Amino acid sequence: VRRRVAITGVGAVSPLGVGAGTLIRSWLEGRSGIRDGAGRCADFDPADHLTRKELRRADRFTQMALAAAGEALEAAGFDGDPPVPGDRTACVIGTGIGGIKTIEDQHLVLEHRGAAQVSPLAIPLLMANAASGSVSMRHGLRGQCYGTVSACAAGANAIGAGVRMIQYGDADACVAGGAEAAITPLATAAFSSMAAISPTGVSRPFDARRDGFVIGEGAGVLVLEAEDAARARGAEVLGVVTGYGATADAHHLTAPEPHGEGATRALEAALADAGADASEVDYVNAHGTSTPLNDRAESEALEATLGARAREVPVSSLKSAIGHLLGAAGAVEAVATTLALRRGQAPPTLGWEERDEGLDLDYVPGVPRPLEVPEGRPLRALSNSFGFGGHNAVLCLEAA
Amino acid sequence: MSSTTISRDQIETRVADALVEFGADRDQVAPDARFEDLDVDSLDLVELAQIVEEDYGVQITGEDMKTLPTVGDAVDFVEARLS
Repeated sequence: VRRRVAITGVGAVSPLGVGAGTLIRSWLEGRSGIRDGAGRCADFDPADHLTRKELRRADRFTQMALAAAGEALEAAGFDGDPPVPGDRTACVIGTGIGGIKTIEDQHLVLEHRGAAQVSPLAIPLLMANAASGSVSMRHGLRGQCYGTVSACAAGANAIGAGVRMIQYGDADACVAGGAEAAITPLATAAFSSMAAISPTGVSRPFDARRDGFVIGEGAGVLVLEAEDAARARGAEVLGVVTGYGATADAHHLTAPEPHGEGATRALEAALADAGADASEVDYVNAHGTSTPLNDRAESEALEATLGARAREVPVSSLKSAIGHLLGAAGAVEAVATTLALRRGQAPPTLGWEERDEGLDLDYVPGVPRPLEVPEGRPLRALSNSFGFGGHNAVLCLEAA
Repeated sequence: MSSTTISRDQIETRVADALVEFGADRDQVAPDARFEDLDVDSLDLVELAQIVEEDYGVQITGEDMKTLPTVGDAVDFVEARLS
């Protein structure tokens, strides 16, 4: 019998502010963290969370991961004397790009000041595994440690990897999440060249007028533990990760398979992994990027997976409030979904007004929807993440 | 910049500022302080060498740095190269 995996701590740095509580409260209140066409973490001052040495030795994506991990570990009671030994605690933090600001800054140094002035810290700051390595180092997490790299599915893949480690017994706890800080000149120009970014600067997932994603930044981290041990030590269990499904489209480098075939298989795999029937889903936290292609393919995938009940299940996208956090998105969305289930609320898709032909789900426009706790089982949600490269990762989360 | 215009005090101050920027406690930065005890590691020392080269035109290699265990040793090295 595989072990159940509990979430005992969550942390987030997002355009809605610092802290997981701020994230869910603000989203439920319908606030947006998007300003001037980008979801910047304006309230995040890394100096509040890091020592001077840590600050210099971390790109912004790692700084955010350190802050979110600190919050999650403190909430789980891991600060001071941790309940799980460091040797048995893993750390997996995903990112889409890694330290791209460092790459851009150091390239300018190379061009203008010469090779001899390129920082010896350039590589350790820009490497995509810097966040996981830095979090592990700061907290003495000495089990498996690596980054996941699957574009906008990286955060969800990281959580899935952590879940499997605990289920299999490779670790008793895992600090899992995602981080991204790519609101830089090069990344923004490159996404714009692809026509992936909204030219109007508005994130309105599933709305007929959607025209691209709004770039965001941030980090989300969850502390995962074997549920029995967590309960035995009296930890507060915030939720349970009961299923994980991951697939590839094998279709196109950036465009999703138009009917969401790969996404459907990931959704079905996550439900099967959770031992849950498609009729027993109470909420879907959509990938919902606000791009024409994703939102259509994802809606089709949900129709195919949820069948007769597809149009009754509330489906909403956090990206309507914070933009697309790329490799952090899946993790921040898992944090928000966990807390939404705890509160028994489906948070809203902000700005959804105009139905698009063929996108016929209930996108929870404007205001949150109370979720009714079903008879005989806890509230259950699916959280979707899909990435360039054709990566699909779906988590099945349940209320504790 | 002519070497005659740079005093030992100036070099000491520049080196101390750099070390504090790297994360060392200013109270602990003194000529006899060992880099190791200041938690200044090999990556920091490469940065220190880059600063010295940029500010004073003195080239210090990573190998040189290994022979300079204290703050005072590094300042001596720069001063000797300048004179």
